[in-house]
This record gives sequence, structure tokens and C-alpha cells, in this order.
Amino acid sequence: MGRDSGAGEVNALPRADELGLIGCPVCGLVCRNVAGDKRLDGDGVDDAMACPRCNTALQRRKPNSYMRTWALLIAAFFLYIPANLLPIMRTASLNTIDDNTIISGVVELWVKGSPGLAIIVFTASIVVPMLKFLALSMLLVTSQRGSGWARLQRAKLFRLVEFIGYWSMLDVFVVALLTALVRFSVLSRVEPLPGVIFFGLAVVLTMLASMSFDPRLIWDGRDTDD
Amino acid sequence: MTEESHNEQALPDRDELPTPVVKRRRFNASLIWLIPALAALVGISLVVNSWLQAGPQITISLQSAEGLDAGKTPVKYKNVVIGRVKKIRLSSDRSHVLVSVALEKSASGFATKGTRYWVVRPRIGLGGVSGIDTLFSGAFIGADVGESNEEEENFKALEVPPAVNHGAPGRSFILHTDDLGSLDVGSPVYFRRIQVGRVASYELDKDGKGISVHIFVDGPNDKFVTTSTRFWNASGVDLSVGANGLKLNTQSLATVLAGGVAFQDPPGPHDDTVAPEDTRYPLFGDQATAMAPPDGEPKYIRMRFGQSVRGLAVDAPVEFLGINIGKVVSVRLDYDEKTQTFPVLVGALIYPQRLGNAYGKLEAMARARGESPELPQLMSHLINHGLRAQARTGNLLTGQLYVSLDFVPHTPKVPFDPKLKPLTIPTVPGSFSKLQEQLAEIVDKISKIPFDSIGKNLDQTLAGLNATLKQVNGQTLPAFKDTLQGVQKTMGTANDALSGDSPLQQNLGATLEQVRRMARSLRVLTDYLGGHPEALLRGRRADAKLDAPTPPVASKPSAESSPGSKP
Repeated sequence: MGRDSGAGEVNALPRADELGLIGCPVCGLVCRNVAGDKRLDGDGVDDAMACPRCNTALQRRKPNSYMRTWALLIAAFFLYIPANLLPIMRTASLNTIDDNTIISGVVELWVKGSPGLAIIVFTASIVVPMLKFLALSMLLVTSQRGSGWARLQRAKLFRLVEFIGYWSMLDVFVVALLTALVRFSVLSRVEPLPGVIFFGLAVVLTMLASMSFDPRLIWDGRDTDD
Repeated sequence: MTEESHNEQALPDRDELPTPVVKRRRFNASLIWLIPALAALVGISLVVNSWLQAGPQITISLQSAEGLDAGKTPVKYKNVVIGRVKKIRLSSDRSHVLVSVALEKSASGFATKGTRYWVVRPRIGLGGVSGIDTLFSGAFIGADVGESNEEEENFKALEVPPAVNHGAPGRSFILHTDDLGSLDVGSPVYFRRIQVGRVASYELDKDGKGISVHIFVDGPNDKFVTTSTRFWNASGVDLSVGANGLKLNTQSLATVLAGGVAFQDPPGPHDDTVAPEDTRYPLFGDQATAMAPPDGEPKYIRMRFGQSVRGLAVDAPVEFLGINIGKVVSVRLDYDEKTQTFPVLVGALIYPQRLGNAYGKLEAMARARGESPELPQLMSHLINHGLRAQARTGNLLTGQLYVSLDFVPHTPKVPFDPKLKPLTIPTVPGSFSKLQEQLAEIVDKISKIPFDSIGKNLDQTLAGLNATLKQVNGQTLPAFKDTLQGVQKTMGTANDALSGDSPLQQNLGATLEQVRRMARSLRVLTDYLGGHPEALLRGRRADAKLDAPTPPVASKPSAESSPGSKP
């Protein structure tokens, strides 16, 4: 309903872009959008405008947002596979050497009677990254197609993805903390294993991907939608 | 909304708005694709790496997966991890457990025929403790590679760890025994009480009549095993009482409990050639047997005893003139229909070689006579000279018997057929059984004595005696007492008569005085007669003629006798 009324109003009202205007996000100066020429339209060269007053970069949309987001997202996904397959942490104590992957760690926590912790780790390490992959992919696909479907919800979803993105680093922090704290040589020892590097890289890349996605793209393509 | 309306209002002034500065950047947006390319590259390299490192997959079947953990349990060779258990599942018939193991690429040589796998768990045995580290680390699968290059995927795990690793320096030998005793896989092998090897395995012979024990002697000590080496079972305690007193002989405390094998060369000259691998040896029961000179081929003989052989057990010694030449192997009862008796058939194995030089000489003599030097022929010769078997008492306390082959003098000849199989040695009753028979006869005779009637008669006699004694007590004794009193009185009187002041004494004194006087006068008379013998005829003369002889000599004896009667 909100969408309908919003769409009606938005249809009637022009946007800055349509008016050939661009605002500086820092000093608020409104400039003419000289980007009418083809220099800024994905010709392979990342040229940019700058605010004549405060020299802040002026972008109608984030440059090459789709391409960057896709690239980073795919890279993150590639790294996410070994992150899950390789062990992330080695717990060694008195001849017992336990290599844990993320999933085996979750299972172990669950089996050993810490379902709460297991859920937290599962959410942070599995649910959130997967959610980010799916959400960003969906946003990218719908935005590229210029779909007008559930724009407000998609915008909210994007803000949610950006917000929870940091929490995926929980696992990395846990490993880093344990490695630093549990150092009793023979008795007990925790060592990070390559998996955690891949996991950390994957999380960082998803964060970069969500940063390079321009939420304004969600609202583009109004005309085709309607 | 307000902004947009404001923008709408500012629309006419658009051309007056400032133009942004356009910067040129070198950065090519398509370079962003390097990131996923790099990520993909890393991923692919990981896959390739793991694919390159992946060794063969093998399946090991186990009785139980106790202590094994899928994804964790390592497979180790010489304590180096060469693989890991990937999956544990039951076989389709649920009789055993199938464990999938991913071996490392470098350990692909372990996926060959002949490789042995076993589960290393803590084992506590009498011989020691092994695998104690697995108490903390959990069980692992041990491996020992074989020689074969033929690939193999399915293995059957050993139930116990192999005692010998493949390629270990040393040699294995096979010992043959009737009885395993307390030997087990891993039991030590001693040489001069130093452990130099262990029992690797054992198995029953195909015919089930013996056990082959495979032992492994570690290098470099395996060179002490020569072709003449004797092996014996060193289990247990050898307690012997000899002329030198009590002797306790053991290897080590562990051996006493867990058993073991010892070997040594026999004393004296022997062959020192180092034995080749897998040489077969007999395993003797104890050191004394092992060190004894070789027995040669045993011969079976049979003896037929007519009397009880209580105390004659299997393994009882057979002695010839006190030398142990064999042992009893069977004791069976038979029935003789003719005599309706139960003879006992005793089978024995004898070792003619134990006779030593004597056997050689007998053989030579038999050859010289032109006879066959076989044992039956020799025996027939000896039996003609009175050789007989006897069941003798070896121990009076326990009554154990042994069989003695001995020459019995004056024994009746018996027919002996040397061709009869088995060789049957004639027997005579043993010395002890003879003694028993004689004792039995004596006892028989004693039992024939009519103790009953003797007793009865004795009883009657005693009754009569009792009556007599009563009479003696009641009548004879008082009379006797009176008599004694009378005697006492008489004695008193006699005493009185003999006392110093009694008249008898005085009379006696007077009489003696008279006798003295008479003797004096008699002496005077004889003196006179000596001087005057004629006085006997002529009578006494006057004093002047005293020297004249007394003529009446013949009347003198009457004169002589008269002085005696004169007083």
C-alpha cells in the first residue's frame, strides 16, 4: 500500500538525476551533473567528479557498483568454500590433537552441551555469511534488472546486511583470542589453522562487497518497472 | 518531498549552478575482477594440492571399532602418521567393522599386499605394558609394510600387534612342541638370560598333533642360533632336590609368570654353523632334557603286567639298570579269556641311543654274529639272558611306580618272538609286589590263628587263677604269717644262745680250754715219743733213761686215741 502511494507520488516527482543535479554529500553544495557525457558510464575508465567547493568526490551512483560488488561477492564465495572445508582451529592437549572446522566446532559445542553457544557460532559463521551472499546476489540481480519489486524491503534488507556484516568476524576473533589465551605448552594449546584466514578474507570481502553496492540502485529503473 | 519540490523550484536556475571538477583516474574498473580470479586461484590450488596429496583409499576390516574415531584416528607407521580414518561402518552382515582409511600420497606403498594393520590400544600383559600413550591420545591404527608391490585395497586387521616388524634385523625360526605351555605371542626368547627375541606367532600343525611356534631372534644375536642349538621352554619354576640340596632354577620373574623360550648350544663339541632362516627345532620341556644327548628314534615296546600297576602313570620313567631310557606312554587294561585275568598292557617309548656305547657294542656284536642289528633281535638276545620288565616302586611315600628293565636271575625262560609287533617284553612281578604277596601270605596265616578260642580259654584260666589267689589270700597267707612269727621266735632264742654271756658260750669256752690243754699234753706226748719211740713198747722209763726208745710202739695208737677221749 505504501508502495503504491509512494510510487504514485514518486512517479510525479522528479529526481535530482533527472533534473541534471548532483549534491555534495559533505558540504551539501548542489552542482550541475556534468556527467551527461559518456565519460562516467562504465566505459572502463573510472573517472569521477569532485565538489568544486570541498573537493569531495561526487558520484551520481557508486562507480561500477554492480561489477565491483559482483567481483567481490564471487571472490568471497570462492574463499568461503575452503573456509568451511579446512579446519580453522587446532586444540591440542596432552597428546590429543583436535582439528575443528567451523561446522565440526558447532557440532561439538552442541553435543557437549552448549547449545546456546552453538547457535551463536552457527549464526555468526554460517547463517550470516550465507545470508549476505544470498541477499547481495538478490539485490544485485533485482537492481540490474531494474525491478521495482519490494523496493523498501530490499533497501531495509541491505541496511540489515551492512549492519550484521561485522558480526561474522566473531569466529575469527574467537580463534585469535583463544590462540593468545590458551598457551600452556604441553597441557593445552590452541593454534589457528589456514581455514580461519580464508574465513576472515571471505568475511572482509563480503563487507567490501556490501560497501561497494550502491543502495540507490535499488530505486533506479522506476520507469521500466511501471 | 520538500527537497524535490525545492529542486523543482530551483530547476530554472540550473545553468547557474557550479560544475563539478572532473578528475581522471588511472584505475581501471575491470581490475576488480582480479580479486575473484585470485580467490578462485587459491581455491583451485587448494583442491589441486589436496588431490595431489591424497593417497590411496583402503578399507580395513576389524572385529570392533573400539577407540576409533572417524576423521581423527591416525594410521601410524613407526609413530609417523601416514593416514587417517575417514569413515567407520558396519559390514553388510554386521559381523565386523569396515574402516575406510585415506592414506597419504607418500604412504601409497602401504596399500600393497602383505601390509599388516592392527589397532594399537593400551595392553597390559604379564610380559609388560604397551601402548600406554594411547591412554591419552586414543587408539590408533598401526601399520607394517610388507614386501609385495601388488596393490591391495582391502585388509583384515590383526587382533594383536605383530611381534616383529617387517625388515627388522634378525631371523625367525620354527620350534615344534607338543604343548604350548604358557607361551604367547610376544613371549621373550632368552639366550644366557638376555632377551634376544620373542615369540612371533604359533599355530597348530595341520594334523593337530603338535604346535609350531615361530620365534624371531633379533640381530645381531641371531648368529648365536646354530644348527645344533637346543631350545627349551623356560616357563615356570624348576625346583629340584639333588645330592647338592634344594635347587631352584628360573629364568626371570616375568618368565615364571608369562613364559618364555631359552636356547643354548649343548656342552661339548658341536656344530657351530649358523642356522639358516626358518630352521625347525624341537622345543624341549626343560633345560636338562634339552641339553641331554640326542635320543635318536624312539621305539615302542609293550609290557604285560599280571598284577596291579597302581602308581604307574603315563610319563613314568623306563629304566635299564638304573639309566633312564624312555617313558611310559600308555597304561591300558586287557582281559585274558584263557586265564580269566585282567592283565595290564603298558606301552612305553624307549630311546636305544640313551644306552650310549653299550648299544653300539651290542649292535656290533649282533653284526658279528650275522644277525640283524635291529632292536627286536638285540632284545631277544637280552631276554634270553634274563632281561625282564618289572614295575618297581620309585617312591615309597607316594607309591609311584616306574618300569625297570633288569636281568632277573633264575627266571624261567619265556618264548619271545622278535618279529611280533609291537615288541613285547616279558615281565616279572616287581620286588614290591612280591613283598606284598609275601606279606599277604603272612597276614593270611595270622588270620587263621583261632584268636577267639584262645581268648575264651585264657579267660577261663584267668578265672581259675583268680579263685586260687582268693584262696591264697584268705587262708595260706595268715598261716604263713604265723609260721614266720615262729621262725622269728626261734631266731630270738638262737640269738640268745649265741650272746657272750650265755651258758652255752661259757661252756664252749671251758670246753675249748680243755681241748687246748689236751693239745698241749698231746704235744708233750708226741715230743716224748719222738725221742723215745720204744716207750710205746716198753712204757715210760725213769727220767735218767729218757733217751731210751719206748718199746711198746704198737700200743701207742690206742694210747694216742685215749688222750682224745680222756678229757
